[in-house]
Amino acid sequence: MPETATSPLNVPPESKAPGAPALAVRNLSVFFGKNVAVKKVSLDIAARAVTAIIGPSGCGKSTFLRAINRMHELNPEARMEGEIKLFGDDIYSRNVEPVVVRRRVGMVFQKSNPFPTMSIVDNVTVGLRLNGVGNRKVLAERTEQSLRMAALWDEVKDRLHAPAISLSGGQQQRLCIARALAVEPEVLLMDEPASALDPLATSKIEDLIVHLKKEYTIVIVTHNMQQAARASDFTAFFYLGELVEYGPTTKIFTSPSQKRTEDYVTGRFG
Amino acid sequence: MTAPNHRWRQFKDLLMRVVTFACAILVVAPLILIFYHIVKQGFSSLNFAFFTQLPKPLGEKGGGMANAIVGTFVLLAEAAVVGVPVGVLGGVFLSEYGSSKLNWWVRFAADVLNGVPSITWGVVVYGLMVVPMHGASALAGGVVLGLMMIPLVMRTTEEVLQLVPGGYREAALALGIAKWKTIVQIVIRTALKGIVTGVLLALARVAGETAPLLFTTGNLGWAHKLTEPIAAIPLQIYVYAISPYDDWHRQAWAGAFILLLLVLAINVGVRFFTRDRFQSKT
Amino acid sequence: MALAVFVLVALIGYELARGSQPALHKFGWHFLFSSDWDPGSDNYGALPFIFGTLVSSLIALVIAVPISVATAVYLTELAPLWVRQPLIMFIELLAAIPSVILGFWGLFVMVPWLHDHLFPGLRSMLGFLPLFRGPDYGPCMLAAGIILAIMIVPIITSVSREILRSVPGLQREAAYALGATRWEVTRIAVLSYAKKGIFGAVILGLGRALGETMAVTMVIGNSPQFVASLFQPGSTLASWIANQFTEAIGDLFYSSLFELGLVLLGVTVLVNIFAQLLLKTFAGPSVKPQH
Ligand SMILES: Nc1ncnc2c1ncn2[C@@H]1O[C@H](COP(=O)(O)OP(=O)(O)OP(=O)(O)O)[C@@H](O)[C@H]1O
Ligand SMILES: [Mg+2]
Repeated sequence: MPETATSPLNVPPESKAPGAPALAVRNLSVFFGKNVAVKKVSLDIAARAVTAIIGPSGCGKSTFLRAINRMHELNPEARMEGEIKLFGDDIYSRNVEPVVVRRRVGMVFQKSNPFPTMSIVDNVTVGLRLNGVGNRKVLAERTEQSLRMAALWDEVKDRLHAPAISLSGGQQQRLCIARALAVEPEVLLMDEPASALDPLATSKIEDLIVHLKKEYTIVIVTHNMQQAARASDFTAFFYLGELVEYGPTTKIFTSPSQKRTEDYVTGRFG
Repeated sequence: MTAPNHRWRQFKDLLMRVVTFACAILVVAPLILIFYHIVKQGFSSLNFAFFTQLPKPLGEKGGGMANAIVGTFVLLAEAAVVGVPVGVLGGVFLSEYGSSKLNWWVRFAADVLNGVPSITWGVVVYGLMVVPMHGASALAGGVVLGLMMIPLVMRTTEEVLQLVPGGYREAALALGIAKWKTIVQIVIRTALKGIVTGVLLALARVAGETAPLLFTTGNLGWAHKLTEPIAAIPLQIYVYAISPYDDWHRQAWAGAFILLLLVLAINVGVRFFTRDRFQSKT
Repeated sequence: MALAVFVLVALIGYELARGSQPALHKFGWHFLFSSDWDPGSDNYGALPFIFGTLVSSLIALVIAVPISVATAVYLTELAPLWVRQPLIMFIELLAAIPSVILGFWGLFVMVPWLHDHLFPGLRSMLGFLPLFRGPDYGPCMLAAGIILAIMIVPIITSVSREILRSVPGLQREAAYALGATRWEVTRIAVLSYAKKGIFGAVILGLGRALGETMAVTMVIGNSPQFVASLFQPGSTLASWIANQFTEAIGDLFYSSLFELGLVLLGVTVLVNIFAQLLLKTFAGPSVKPQH
């Protein structure tokens, strides 16, 4: 067991996010049946910054992430306790529907999952169309904008109506990012978005993440230490469902305060 | 915070739940209705004579379906003799031997056979057995049901054998046990319950078949030899149902009740015994 | 032993072809397009029965497809978990009911009900269509279509359900993550993915409807005629064979019934092959493997 779990309250002041946090998580626990996957985690996630979540397999990273947009509710076994505020709004309050939360908090998955029966452009605009945007001009603008942000525009601008599955794996993942961005979410969650990709595609995605933080709040789960170090501003280290240490990435990677963190980031376990 | 069409979307979601739920109710309704009517009418039409007496000649009241009840069980026994060995062995072959290409074709042919209309089977066996034997017989009826069982049993046997973990086979083969012994002692034994289930369901299925019996079994009295015509419950229901006599209709209700009971009892019973496998699939 | 299936296929084809020789010889292709069925002059044709088979199956599909697909969707996507298992059980039991019982129930319960309640309503509402005009005496084409619909609903539902279940969870999650409601997830991620497989399920149901005998025979009225009104009796290939076989006199009569069987076999086998191909190639439009 970790000796003391750091909560944002004892994170040194200089590591606190500039401005108000995008997400304020308090005492979050997630259970699958009787098993607890995330234990009493509290942390603030900075707006317009990249926060990386690291930790050994099974430590609850994905579960934590999915609690942020209430995706865990798709599993009837799952149950949560605690509180998450998104820019001040309690996302678990009684009158908030998960559908609305997920619109505000987008998600990109480990394995790319474009809708195979739709064209590239339809994949990008599907979220907007669900939200009642029917204006062709608006849709076309947002398509280009999202694809540009996802660094895919130049590669697909001549074949927007080709099926999404005609793209390569890396392109498909960027298409999924564009699809998530098109609805202009306030936070973008990414669960190991590059783990199934080759190094070149991976570095494209990393560049893209760094670029995106100008406008978005990004939370990314990764097993790749270099990636966390390169792309993130803050890093949270999870172990066995608990938050062990949380702070600016440089601090976590150069002078962590916990022995476990040091062991993990230097590759001694996990 | 919410998109302008939010309410509408929520409404559509609710609407579709209601609509699809209503469709599900529509699907179940006939089952309930059929059950209700058959049980109500059938039960009140049942009496002791139904099980013990032969049909009375036209015009006379009373009588029963003793011959048809026995006949159905005789036909099922014959069908099992014809259909089970071929079906089970074929399923074993599909699952354990054979090249994947050949097996693809076998599966394909079996699935197509499962789709052959039952009346067609009747016509075929009529040409094959009834004409050469100069008359309908219990034998022809049993054979036609047995043939229909073959593809059914083959596919279910294969399916349950595939559920046996490959590790069991490898473990046995690694001990130097011959392949056929492995299959008989390990694979089939593990899957036995599933195979029996498949056979019972196939029997339940052919027990209610009528069309293939129309021209193959005849529908008379007691059969003392397999070469004589034999009666069967489903056939009797049909003959009585399309007749103009109230007393025969009453008998048909009773027959339908017994047949429904038989078929559903097998189905429910089998599900009850294989509950674990059944639930884990959902 | 597995090869027995090929023997059976060959046997069925051969027997029917052999039995239909005299009719094939006498009438040739004309058999398919002739609407005579006259034992007096020994002239036989299959057209009214082909027509009846198609019409009754079409009615069945029109009724059964939306209901079955909706039920499959309800079962896999929308229903509360505790409802699913009992509902599936009910549907499987419906599939297990012998067709003679269904036909019997249809004849004594459904047909009178239709005659008293549904048909008058249809006549007054849709009577401007020739389909819903004229008197009805009970057994008729529409009754056959409805009974067939009841019979194929369980098949289409359970095969569609399997198909829907095989849609990857990741597809659903993608839609949920965009803020889609459950129904929207079903529409954009599940149904469009499963289209081809569901089509296969429908064709499988069609194959069943085309060849169904007892239930249809008991409620269709068995008259060898073309009917514009669905309230009129008709007959299908299968029902006509069932109805006439024991009354057949003369070789040509028998042989013509065999040929009806051959036509029925041809049609159902083709439809089934098509359905199997659709279902076997259904793995969904797969997402390209990543590299
Ligand atoms: N659907 C589920 N049902 C039951 N337990 C689950 C489920 N999903 C996850 N868990 C459990 O919750 C714990 C945390 O899982 P989680 O997927 O969040 O780990 P992770 O850190 O994302 O791992 P990885 O790095 O391998 O993706 C694990 O012990 C896991 O077994
Ligand atoms: Mg994970």
